[in-house]
Amino acid sequence: MSGHSAYVPKSGFGKWMDARLPLARLVYDSFVAYPVPRNLNNWYTFGAILSLMLVVQLLTGIVLAMNYVPNTTMAFDSVEHIMRNVNYGWLLRYMHFNGASFFFIAVYIHIFRGFYYGSYKNPREVLWILGVIIFILMMATAFMGYVLPWGQMSFWGATVITNFFTAIPIVGDSIQQLLLGGAVVANPTLNRFFSLHYLLPFMIVGVVILHVWALHVTGQTNPTGVEVKSEQDTVPFTPYATMKDLLAMTVFLLVFAYFIFYMPNFLGAPENYVRADSLKTPSEIVPEWYFLPFYAILRAITFDIGIPFTDIVLINSKLGGVMAMFGSLLIFFVVPWLDTSKVRSATYRPLFKQFFWIFVLVCIGLGYLGAKPAEGIYTTLAQILTFWYFFHFIVILPVLGLIEKPKPIPASITEAVLAKNGVAKS
Amino acid sequence: MKVNTMKFLVSRIAGIAVAFGLIMSGTAFAAEDEAPTPHYPLIKPKNVEWSFGGPFGKWDIGQLQRGLKVYTEVCAACHSMNLVAYRSLSALGYSNDQIKAYAAEYEVTDGPDDEGEMFQRPAIPSDQFVGPYPNVQAAKAANNGAAPPDFSLLAKSRVPLRGFPYYVFDVFTMYAENGPDYIYSLLTGYVDAPANVEVPENANYNPYFLSGSALAMAAPLSDDVVDYDDGSPQTVDQYAKDVAAFMMWAAEPDLVSRKAMGFKVMIFLLIFSGLLYFTKKRIWSSVKH
Amino acid sequence: MSATDTTEPTRRDILYIATGAVGAVGVASFAWPFIDQMNPDASTRALAKVEVDISSVETGRSLVVKWQGKPIFIRNRTEKEIEEANAVSLEDLKDKIARNENLKDSSAAATDANRVVSGKENWLIQVGICTHLGCIPLGEQGDFDGWFCPCHGSHYDTAGRIRKGPAPENLLVPPYEFLSDTLVKIG
Repeated sequence: MSGHSAYVPKSGFGKWMDARLPLARLVYDSFVAYPVPRNLNNWYTFGAILSLMLVVQLLTGIVLAMNYVPNTTMAFDSVEHIMRNVNYGWLLRYMHFNGASFFFIAVYIHIFRGFYYGSYKNPREVLWILGVIIFILMMATAFMGYVLPWGQMSFWGATVITNFFTAIPIVGDSIQQLLLGGAVVANPTLNRFFSLHYLLPFMIVGVVILHVWALHVTGQTNPTGVEVKSEQDTVPFTPYATMKDLLAMTVFLLVFAYFIFYMPNFLGAPENYVRADSLKTPSEIVPEWYFLPFYAILRAITFDIGIPFTDIVLINSKLGGVMAMFGSLLIFFVVPWLDTSKVRSATYRPLFKQFFWIFVLVCIGLGYLGAKPAEGIYTTLAQILTFWYFFHFIVILPVLGLIEKPKPIPASITEAVLAKNGVAKS
Repeated sequence: MKVNTMKFLVSRIAGIAVAFGLIMSGTAFAAEDEAPTPHYPLIKPKNVEWSFGGPFGKWDIGQLQRGLKVYTEVCAACHSMNLVAYRSLSALGYSNDQIKAYAAEYEVTDGPDDEGEMFQRPAIPSDQFVGPYPNVQAAKAANNGAAPPDFSLLAKSRVPLRGFPYYVFDVFTMYAENGPDYIYSLLTGYVDAPANVEVPENANYNPYFLSGSALAMAAPLSDDVVDYDDGSPQTVDQYAKDVAAFMMWAAEPDLVSRKAMGFKVMIFLLIFSGLLYFTKKRIWSSVKH
Repeated sequence: MSATDTTEPTRRDILYIATGAVGAVGVASFAWPFIDQMNPDASTRALAKVEVDISSVETGRSLVVKWQGKPIFIRNRTEKEIEEANAVSLEDLKDKIARNENLKDSSAAATDANRVVSGKENWLIQVGICTHLGCIPLGEQGDFDGWFCPCHGSHYDTAGRIRKGPAPENLLVPPYEFLSDTLVKIG
C-alpha cells in the first residue's frame, strides 16, 4: 500500500527470479505483508468468499462444457446425459447450478456491506464502480447460463429478457434481432449465449483483478470508517486475514454443500426440467430468485408517462419498465456522489442506519413481489416499493448527509478497538 | 432550529415506512385468499413417508421393482420414458440377463442397413426406454390432442409451489419430495366433480391437478390391475405410491448416492471448520479486534 | 489466555498440522470429480460389450461392426485362406506373438490356431486398426491376400499377421466369445 516492498528473496533462484519477473514479490506484498485493518468483522470476508465462488463456477463450468452440446436438438438431452451418465456429472452440474445462487447470495451481502459501511466513498469510488461492473457482468453471465439447459424457463426467460430491447424506440426490433440471430430465440441464440457464457466469466476475472488492485491502492475500509493511521491499526494479511477468510469460506461451503446434496433443486424452477417448447408458454414465467427485485421493478411500471392533461405519451409503460429496471442497477454507479455525508460508517450515522435497514426490507419486499403474479394489490405494492427504492438513492442519501448529526467518531481504529474491549484490560 | 425539524420529519418518514412494510407483508398474505383466479392445485398434495426422504434416504428396492411393473403394465401404454436407459435397471436389483430379457420385449428402429433400409430389432440394455409412440404428433393424435408427458423427469418437473412460509421451513426439514407427493396425490385424487364445477369434454376432474381443475388423463389405476408377487396390497393407493417412487428414481437415479456423499462432505466440512476455528482463534489471540 | 498458549508450542503445532492435513485431503477429494468426469461415462461403458449376429456372413465374406467405437473385422475365411495361413512358418513372421486377448499366455506364438478359437477356425475376428499409426486396413488386398493398409503400406496375411511394411504388430484379436454358432459377444 505504501509502495514500499518488504519482500526479501531468500534462495538464489528467488533472487534470480526477482530480478526478472518479481511474481513472488507481488504475491508477498499483496497477500502476505499487505496490512489490513485489525477490526474487520465477518461481513468483510465475503470478498474472499466471492473469489472462491468465482473459481468454483469457472472450474465446474469448464468441465461441464466438456460434456454439454450447445444445439437446440441436443442441449436438454446433453444436460440429462451429464446428470445420469457422466462420472460425478450430477455433482458438477448441481454445484454449478446452485453455485450461481450462492454467488449471488455472497455478492448481495458484499454490496449491502458496502452500503452500510460507506465503502464507496472517497477515495474508493473507482473500486466501487468496478464492483458494480462485476455485478452487471455476473447478471449477464447468469442469465445466459440459465438459457443453456434449454428447458421451458430457459427458453421463455430468454424470450422475455431479449424482448426488453424491443422497448427501445426505432432501433429496438433491430437490436433484438441482432441479439437473437433471428426473429425468435432459436439455435443461433443458444450458440452465441453458450459462447458468451464461456467468455464473460473471464472478463469478470479481469475486472476482479482491477477491483483487487484498486482495493490495494486505497486499502480496506473497516467498521469504524476511520482510515488506517498507523501500523498499530493494522495486522498483516497473512496469517490474520487469510485464516479468517478460510474459516468463513468453509462455513459458507457448509451451507452450499447442504443445498447441493440435500436440496439441489430448491432454488430452481421445476418447469426447467421440461424441454423447451416454442409453441407453449408456461403459466407463469418467474426468473431465478436473484433477479426478482429487478423483475418486480420492471413490472411495477404499468402506466404510460406523458404530459399531464394531454394524450401525449412520452414513455410508454413498456419502455418505462425497462428504463426503471436498468435504472435501478445503473444508479449504483453514482452512489458515491449521491451520498453527501462525510462520515463513512453507518455505525456513527444513526439516521442512515435506520434508512439502510428500510432499504434492505424494500429490496426483500421487491424480491417477494417479483415472484407473485402481477395483479391487484401486488402491483400497487411493487409500485410503492419501487418508488421508495429510487427515493432512497435520489432523495434520502443526499438529504441525510446535510441534516444528519453523526455520533462522535473515534480518533483511530486502535482507539475504537480498545474502547470496545475495555481499556482497563491489561 | 430548522435542522431539528427536518430530522424529526425524516425519522417520521422512516417510522411510517417500517409500519408500512409490516402492513404490506400482512396484506400480501391476505391477498392470496381473495385472488381473482383460483390457484391450482385446488388441494395441496398429501404428504407421504418416502424411504428416500431425509438425510439418510434409501431406495426401497422392492417398491421400485413394483413401480417398474406398474409403469410397464399400465403407464407405458401411453407414456414414454426416453431419457432412461434399460441398463440403469441394474440399480433396481436386476441382473444383466433379466434386463436383456426386459429390453428384448421392445422393438427399436435401427439402420440403415447395407441395403439402405431402416429395420426393427429388439432393444438391448444400452438402448433408452422405447416409448409407445414414434413421435409427439402421433402421441397427440392418439390422445385427443393432449400428448401424454414423458416420464423421465416428471417427478422433478411437476412440483406444486409450496408458497411462503412453507418453503422456508422446507430448507430446514429437508423436504424435497413434493414431486412424488404430487404424483401420488394426483393418481389417488380422482373424484366426481362438485356440482358448481364444469368439466370440459374429454377431461377428468381432479382437485390435485397442477394446472387446472381437470386433466385429459382418466384415472389410470384400479385395484388388482397389476399382479404383485411380493404380497404387497394390490390397491390403487399402493400402486400410486410405488409408481411415484419409481418415477422419482427415474428422474434422479443418483438421489441416494448423492445423499450418502453429502453426509461425508458435511462431516468433513464440520471437522475442517472446527479446526480452522481453533487455528484462527490461536492466531488472533494476541490481537485485540 | 494468550500467556498460557504461547508456552505450549507443540500443541499449537499439532493444531496447525492437523488443519493443514485435513485441508489438503479436502482439496484432493474435491479435485477427483473434476478429473473422473473425463473418464468414459456410463453410456460409453455400456457399449463395452456388443453381441453380433454372424448368421448372414457367408464363407469368403466379411462383416465390420463397431465395438467401443473401433471397427471389428469379422471374416468367415475360406479353406484356402486357412491353408495359406497355416503354411507360413513362424520364422517368416515379423511379429511372432499371437496378439490374442483371449489367450492366457500373452506371449503365445502367432500360429494360425492361436489367432482363432479352436473348432471355429473359419472365423477370424480382429480389431481393424493398423498397428502402425491407426489407419483402417482394406480387406482382401495386399501381397498376402489378407489386409493392406493404404496409409503407409503395411501388408497383413490371411490370419491378420503383419508380413511387410512399417506396422510392428499383428492385428489385435479382441476378447470375444461364441454364445452360439451364430451369435458372438465381443468384449
